[in-house]
Amino acid sequence: MARPRILANAERLPALAGGLLVLALVAGFIGTALAALLCGRMDGAFLGVIGDPVVHSVLRFTLFQAALSTALSVMLALPVASALARQPGFAGRRWLIRLMAVPMGLPVLIGALGLIGIFGRQGIINDGLALVGLAEPVSIYGLSGILIAHVFFNLPLATRLMLSALERVPAEYWRSAASLGLSPLSIFRFIEWPVLARVIPGASGLIFMLCATSFTLVLVFGGGPAATTIEVAIYQALRFDFDPERAVSLALMQIVVTGAILAALSLLPAAVDTGQTSGRRFVRFDGMGLAIRLLDAVVLLLATLFLVLPLAQVIVSGVNADLVKLLREPAFRQAAGTSLIVASSAGLLSLACAYGVVSARAALSSARTAAIGSRLLSAALGASSSLVLLVPTSVLATGWFLALRKTGDIASFAPVIVVGINALMALPFVMRVLEPAFVEHQARTTRLATSLGLSGISRFRLVDWPVLKRPLAMALAFAMALSLGDLGAVALFGSENISTLPSLIYARMGSYRSHDADGLALILGAICLVLALIGAPQGKDMRR
Amino acid sequence: MMTERAAAIRLDQLRLTLGAMSFDFDCRFEAGAITAVVGPSGSGKSTLLNLISGFERPDSGRVLIGDQDVTALAPAGRPVSLVFQDNNLFAHLDLYTNIGLGIHPALRLTAADRQAVSLALDRVGLGGFERRLPGSLSGGERQRAAFARALVRDKPVLLLDEPFAALDPGLRAVMVELLADLHGETGATIVLVSHDPRDVERLAKDVVFLEAGRVLVAAATADFFARQDLDAVRRFGGPGARLGAGLGVGERPSP
Repeated sequence: MARPRILANAERLPALAGGLLVLALVAGFIGTALAALLCGRMDGAFLGVIGDPVVHSVLRFTLFQAALSTALSVMLALPVASALARQPGFAGRRWLIRLMAVPMGLPVLIGALGLIGIFGRQGIINDGLALVGLAEPVSIYGLSGILIAHVFFNLPLATRLMLSALERVPAEYWRSAASLGLSPLSIFRFIEWPVLARVIPGASGLIFMLCATSFTLVLVFGGGPAATTIEVAIYQALRFDFDPERAVSLALMQIVVTGAILAALSLLPAAVDTGQTSGRRFVRFDGMGLAIRLLDAVVLLLATLFLVLPLAQVIVSGVNADLVKLLREPAFRQAAGTSLIVASSAGLLSLACAYGVVSARAALSSARTAAIGSRLLSAALGASSSLVLLVPTSVLATGWFLALRKTGDIASFAPVIVVGINALMALPFVMRVLEPAFVEHQARTTRLATSLGLSGISRFRLVDWPVLKRPLAMALAFAMALSLGDLGAVALFGSENISTLPSLIYARMGSYRSHDADGLALILGAICLVLALIGAPQGKDMRR
Repeated sequence: MMTERAAAIRLDQLRLTLGAMSFDFDCRFEAGAITAVVGPSGSGKSTLLNLISGFERPDSGRVLIGDQDVTALAPAGRPVSLVFQDNNLFAHLDLYTNIGLGIHPALRLTAADRQAVSLALDRVGLGGFERRLPGSLSGGERQRAAFARALVRDKPVLLLDEPFAALDPGLRAVMVELLADLHGETGATIVLVSHDPRDVERLAKDVVFLEAGRVLVAAATADFFARQDLDAVRRFGGPGARLGAGLGVGERPSP
């Protein structure tokens, strides 16, 4: 797309300066953490840790559970997406697809609480199994629990990615299939599978990444040397064993692992455009038979129950908790206050960084001559927003923890660091909402605004703000939801240093005051879901 | 190849309501002839094809192909092949598979079937293209491949839904000639939906003109174009329309 190349230098310089500032901030924040980590390991003990059997088993388990979780999520999503695509007209379909978005916006800890309620020892699944005479109850703890939880959070993601691929299939394909008399098996073999096979590698890579760096779920359901991932092992090394050396080694290993996954992800094929459709009504002639409709109904019902039951559990047990008493507690008020301040600061910071990066990139691309330097800068700006994927929360938190330990004042700095980490965490998602809107807006208005001589504040107030306020609000809401639900950064700094709603819930879960945890989960979940709903772009996928 | 079993199509008092539109078709398509279905946008051309192919079921009335009442049959059960404007081929499957699926829907092909696929490709000018993917072909070549699939399916009725609309004018003229040749060989009953009066003049023996879900005129092509008493028909086939449609295209001898 040709962008107007008439931005005056006076317009471009502030944007460039802003971009450079953001770049320096991000690099400084991540660099400090990495430097602190490396300083802790410059004594040569790193090589010794490579041979550490505990570290080995942690690495093995991390990759093993991630691979298994990914395989299960993708394989189970396959029939669900296929059934949803085959039945484009049933009542409640839109709600089911919206339900699929809920686990993405739900704080992980709250999903975990719901899953414990359903699959736990007193949950309805085990009660049901006992009724039909099965003595061996499903265990929500250990590997099986981690797998159930990862499928709960990632099956909807996989389903949505596959469904959107299936819905891009030209309508004529289904008509041809019906006219040629393809059986359901043939339709799967010749139409659905080739389409899905192009999505599955990318979706699997993404889910593998999420499961390999999953912290909260493994913290809740795993634990013990047999079921610990690198992220949780870092937490245990820092908080319980107080073994910073091991934490550092694990953090470095985490970078290597995520780096390898990201490299593999970049090699996987991106979703391919299947070409233009005729814009006709989307009709699936192969989904009209009675048998296939019954089968699809069963599949969709099971998927719905799997997703709805834990959510319903959170609501029911939350309502049963003594909410009024909880709301009066000083611990709640303090945690809620901290959460609110941290989330809004992180959201605003993330938004400001994203705005800086996006407008600097726009300014660079509007330059008449694309010098090597400006292209490099543009690429660096684009990459900075994704750096947090390479350097996960636990690594950043460990680095900053070690850096601050020398000054001894962790408690007063902890909220600031958590804000920084949460802002970085949200940055890729915020960018994804903001950048397309910004680029489109610029392409539409730059010529006109420049010809009218609008610039600076008046341009922002009259031209940019009215159009961009909606994407900005969406991005802010999503970033706040992410930050509000995050337990990882807070947990690593410890509840003596900072207490937010998720860490309060986690503390109450552990101290057998699970009614309190249920009540708090309902409050936090409601806030996050409302924010995530505001932040969810219509018809687009946040996580791609 | 098919001449002896070419079948007439009869729409017997078909009635169908789709949303605010109601359709009422009662007409006949002559066995072994090409009949053009024309009319303004939204007049029901696609719905008429859908009723013949089985993608829509009428509220009342019957669809007869030859002596057979196919009203209750699924699309795959009707003796009909289809070619759309676009996306006739599965983009991720090579031409051999795309065309082979026309012979057997699970691709269980005998040696003779495989040869039939190659012969059909030869016939439409795509000899040796068995392993090519649709994406590596031009729009015209993809439509040729779609015709090849119709050839191997060997059905007495062929429904064409604006098969040339996505092609540029030069290519279009070549494809029109190819279709005329293929029809000469197979003698299938062809229903052609088209917006272009030149295609209709060149190919069709009869014209069915639709307006607002009803058959306004059903006549031999020459008689149809001679009619000056109806505004809608004049707009479609009048000298102005044909002149406009002919702009930028090489001269073609008048029929």
